[in-house]
Amino acid sequence: MRHLLRRIGFYLVALWASITLNFLIPRLVPGNPAQVLIARLQGRIDPRAEHAMEIAFGVSHASLWRQYFEYLGNLLHGNLGISVTYFPTPVATVIGQDLPWTLLLVGTAIVISFVSGTLLGIIVAWRRGSRLDALLPPVLTFLSAIPYFWLALIMLYLLGFVLNWFPLSGGYELSIAPGWTPDFMLSAVQHALLPALTIVISSIAGWMLGMRNAMMTTLSEDYVLMAQAKGLPERRVMLTYAARNAILPNITGFALSLGFVVGGALLTEIVFSYPGIGFALLQAVHNSDYALLQGIFLIIAVAVLGANFLADLIYVALDPRVREERS
Amino acid sequence: MQLNEGKTKARTAQLMRLLVLPKRNRPANETTRVDNIQHTVQRESSWRTAANWLAGNPKVAFGLGIVGFFVLVAILGPIIIQHNPNAFSPDVLQPPSAAHWLGTTQTGQDVFAQVIVGTRVSLLLGFVAGFLATLISVIIGLTAGYFGGLVDDLLSLFMNIFLVVPALPLAVVLAAYFPFRGPLPVAIIVTITGWAWGARVLRAQTLSMRRREFVQAARASGETTFRIIFSEILPNEIAIIAAGLVGTVIYAVLAQVGLEFLGLGDVTIISWGTMFYWAQNNEALLLGAWWWFLAPGFCVALLGAGLAFINFGIDELANPRLRKERKQRRGLSEAKRSAFQSPPPSADLSAQARKVEA
Repeated sequence: MRHLLRRIGFYLVALWASITLNFLIPRLVPGNPAQVLIARLQGRIDPRAEHAMEIAFGVSHASLWRQYFEYLGNLLHGNLGISVTYFPTPVATVIGQDLPWTLLLVGTAIVISFVSGTLLGIIVAWRRGSRLDALLPPVLTFLSAIPYFWLALIMLYLLGFVLNWFPLSGGYELSIAPGWTPDFMLSAVQHALLPALTIVISSIAGWMLGMRNAMMTTLSEDYVLMAQAKGLPERRVMLTYAARNAILPNITGFALSLGFVVGGALLTEIVFSYPGIGFALLQAVHNSDYALLQGIFLIIAVAVLGANFLADLIYVALDPRVREERS
Repeated sequence: MQLNEGKTKARTAQLMRLLVLPKRNRPANETTRVDNIQHTVQRESSWRTAANWLAGNPKVAFGLGIVGFFVLVAILGPIIIQHNPNAFSPDVLQPPSAAHWLGTTQTGQDVFAQVIVGTRVSLLLGFVAGFLATLISVIIGLTAGYFGGLVDDLLSLFMNIFLVVPALPLAVVLAAYFPFRGPLPVAIIVTITGWAWGARVLRAQTLSMRRREFVQAARASGETTFRIIFSEILPNEIAIIAAGLVGTVIYAVLAQVGLEFLGLGDVTIISWGTMFYWAQNNEALLLGAWWWFLAPGFCVALLGAGLAFINFGIDELANPRLRKERKQRRGLSEAKRSAFQSPPPSADLSAQARKVEA
């Protein structure tokens, strides 16, 4: 329990740090969103409107502390400002529309990748020295060194453009009205397959190698030898004796590399013009849409922190040592 | 619980003593397996052995070859290419040919020339950011690990926060707000977002090292704290620092390419990342111009793989259980046979060693 409380405390601090970073970064540089929009519209706006727009964008000239508390208050009310790109839609609405797509695509892809990567790692470690062990790690290492979006481009070119197996862009067929209809779902799955495959291929090597290395360590433990000597079935020794103990570091690894994978997944979305957070990020960058940019950063930070916390919970459930720490 | 721990520790100590027996004191037929395990034991004199072993490891040699090749290209490349990478030409969107080895862009620029010239920027940025981030991680990691207590708590909190906050979105926000664009901001941003991992690993290692005898001895002889940390402890963590450096360079190259792909670098400078930016912005894919984005991505992947292979080697050096000695392949079957025919020798060591051989 103490361990859990400490972790919760840590995530709260991390959350606070992300929010504060998000607050401070824009205020450390000159200029503000209202000036950006005025510059973008190039004189089509009366300069006197600047004040009104500053209010709309929540730009204030109050002291930093006051701004900080106003900012926190706004966050509590879910007010992330107004998007310049989709003016005058609030950032929260834009993100609300895009988030489900990203959560579904990236979430599913990461889970598939982690599970299959871990299984592969177990098998490769079990058959160390075999042809599989000689082949898989280097090949997957090469794949993991590929930038996500480049793999996405290649896959899109080969499987989408040349072979025409998959749609080239978007999250669903535009002729189908979004809704919970079978047609729409089928189309959405079709559009998600290739981006998901890209994320899986790019991220699987990390889990696999982590699991393999951890397995190597547990495989040399006495209890594994003992289990083998007892004549237990191979699969049982492999899964319940060796892998079970090796999976802990891999879960920590999962939590730590999550942020990295999510970043790569965002770039993948951009290549596929997938209607998720990544694509909104690109729009925000191109249009100097700072409010949207910050909102996206915040929501991703919260999501990754949440996933990390989940991994922590699983860790506690799997590792009795952590649970019994208090004694 | 307590008891168990004590027992394990005692046994480990006993094992260690067995393993570090000097060579001449060992019976002649005690074969190389003990040599292998010996690598785990941290010894100041193992520097040369490590260097020799690294050079003889095929994975490392392969990785070093790739990275060396790119370094050569970065240094010599711009001198040997015939095309000006910026020059427009009437050969628009040509597929690879004898005149343009890797084809041309939408404005007729030579892709091959761009890839070669871009190598210098991309490599330099990757290594500079990698070195800076490693420097920060060494300073913070060793300080946290050595001092412990409140200093450690604060610094650990700091690095853990940087570890969980997703790096790329943070980098994007930082880059968007940076007053100007170009390689320097990208290097700074990649450094800021990339140091935490190495720091965490180094902290853990330093934590376990500060109670060692040589550190106690240094402290007793009145050496300054700075000296103890950076000239007593640091040299013992060179392998970890090297692995961290290589890993950070991989991250730096990927992050830099990603940022530039988004248009957050200086898009007028030619690098692998900006090539992607232009290819994507001109919809190279829909024009079927695969050659435009194929080469820079392949270079990034190859460089990343080369670095990763070097890291494999360093990993294996630090953890011999991962090692698969080619020389011992033959010995393996013999060991197995003998294990079944004769009663096993001292149980602990043979089990350990068998895994090493396998």
